[in-house]
Amino acid sequence: MDGLGRIVAEHPFFAGLDLPFRELIAGCAKNVRFEAGDYIFREGADANAFYLLRDGRAALEISSGEGPMVTFQTLDPGQILGASWLVPPYKWDFDARAIDRVRAISLDAVCLRTKCEENHDLGWDLMKRFVPELSARMQAARLQLLDIYGRKS
Amino acid sequence: MDANPNAATAVSSAAMADAMLPRRFHVARKRNETADTLTFDLAPADTSDGFSFAPGQFNMLYLFGLGEVPISISGDAEQTDRLVHTVRLVGSVTDGFADLKRGDTIGVRGPYGAGWPMDECNGGDVLVIAGGLGLAPLRPAMYHLFNHRDHYRRVSILYGARSPADIVYHDEIQRWRQQLDINVEVTVDHADLRWHGNVGVITPLVAKAEFDPANTTALVCGPGIMMRFVAATLERRGLASDRIYVSLERNMRCAIAHCGHCQLGPHFVCKDGPVLSHDRVRDILQIAQV
Ligand SMILES: Cc1cc2nc3c(=O)[nH]c(=O)nc-3n(C[C@H](O)[C@H](O)[C@H](O)COP(=O)(O)OP(=O)(O)OC[C@H]3O[C@@H](n4cnc5c(N)ncnc54)[C@H](O)[C@@H]3O)c2cc1C
Repeated sequence: MDGLGRIVAEHPFFAGLDLPFRELIAGCAKNVRFEAGDYIFREGADANAFYLLRDGRAALEISSGEGPMVTFQTLDPGQILGASWLVPPYKWDFDARAIDRVRAISLDAVCLRTKCEENHDLGWDLMKRFVPELSARMQAARLQLLDIYGRKS
Repeated sequence: MDANPNAATAVSSAAMADAMLPRRFHVARKRNETADTLTFDLAPADTSDGFSFAPGQFNMLYLFGLGEVPISISGDAEQTDRLVHTVRLVGSVTDGFADLKRGDTIGVRGPYGAGWPMDECNGGDVLVIAGGLGLAPLRPAMYHLFNHRDHYRRVSILYGARSPADIVYHDEIQRWRQQLDINVEVTVDHADLRWHGNVGVITPLVAKAEFDPANTTALVCGPGIMMRFVAATLERRGLASDRIYVSLERNMRCAIAHCGHCQLGPHFVCKDGPVLSHDRVRDILQIAQV
């Protein structure tokens, strides 16, 4: 397995991935680096990748209307960044910014979507990894929406 | 044998009257924690007798002319010359705390209730998990852990707040974080760009905390929903429900298991609690008011 394939396979998101899938995914992968404060992507831009965070943390930010930008989630190494590449019209819904220097694997969205169309077993494997992530984030968003600490109790 | 069948009632009425009598304390110090939360140091007004309590217990604080509220003790149980309470201003009585000045007098009844199971924590890992003002009743437990650090294995403190401005005991948390033998993680629900710490709910911190499920006690206090999700995450990690302790800050009145105001099923929160093991209160945590 080449370097990228090994890095992909060692990332917690892809734990236990079958060898043929690793190679397919590694074919869409490249190493990327962002300095602290750099945007990884901006709201409204094309969601043409998703990221496996390896080092450094990232903040997800959204505009609160008139007010300043609000961070609603931070992500640590070992987590993934971005799901909009899966959902048409493939645009980012928020900004992502590097808090520290971030090293990550970027997976090209068009390349991955094409491979998933061609190989539904790969697509299904990816879905089984993504859906629990999405469900956990939806649960977290619900709790944040409830503003549990802000309530007068 | 006593011939008077009412004697027992008469005795318990006298004992009850005694238990209902507040002691007078002076405000020795008052400081702002957040926009709506204040911490008070109280010193006994009438005697130099100290005030003993166990971590997790609470007092009934009486503001003359306004009324009485249950408030957890948030200071160090080994410092008996001073009582520390942190109060969030949420309604008719607690709002009155904003007007208290240094030297003012308030009434104190207590301490009441069952506290945190510090003995049970001995020899194992300890997780202290607080949400919002839930850090106040847990702070005495933390002082206990710090004062007797060699009795415990890994100690982790996980704290969730609404935003950076809502973090209570801010400077103290900074000091805890510098201790090398304690893991302290703080997260907020949302923040502006000046905050460089964690943002997000507390459950992912619980999911990745380091502990040995076979030998860990978790002490949890916060809003009911938070305690429910935290307990579920701990159970998924293999921690038994009877090793997870939660503090139920239920509305109460007499604090001596007499009026029934705080009764939840078989438990009087004021006497059997406020700290109860999760296996005893799992169903109760689903009820809206908790
Ligand atoms: C064992 C115990 C320990 C507590 N420790 C602390 C503490 O350390 N610091 C602190 O600030 N508060 C604590 N509380 C909560 C505090 O007692 C209440 O906030 C207070 O009684 C509210 O009284 P009030 O007259 O100011 O508000 P009210 O005018 O009576 O009520 C204002 C609002 O708060 C709600 N409310 C009142 N009491 C409670 C309660 N106990 N639980 C949920 N909602 C409530 C009411 O339904 C209403 O919506 C504790 C409660 C208990 C039972």
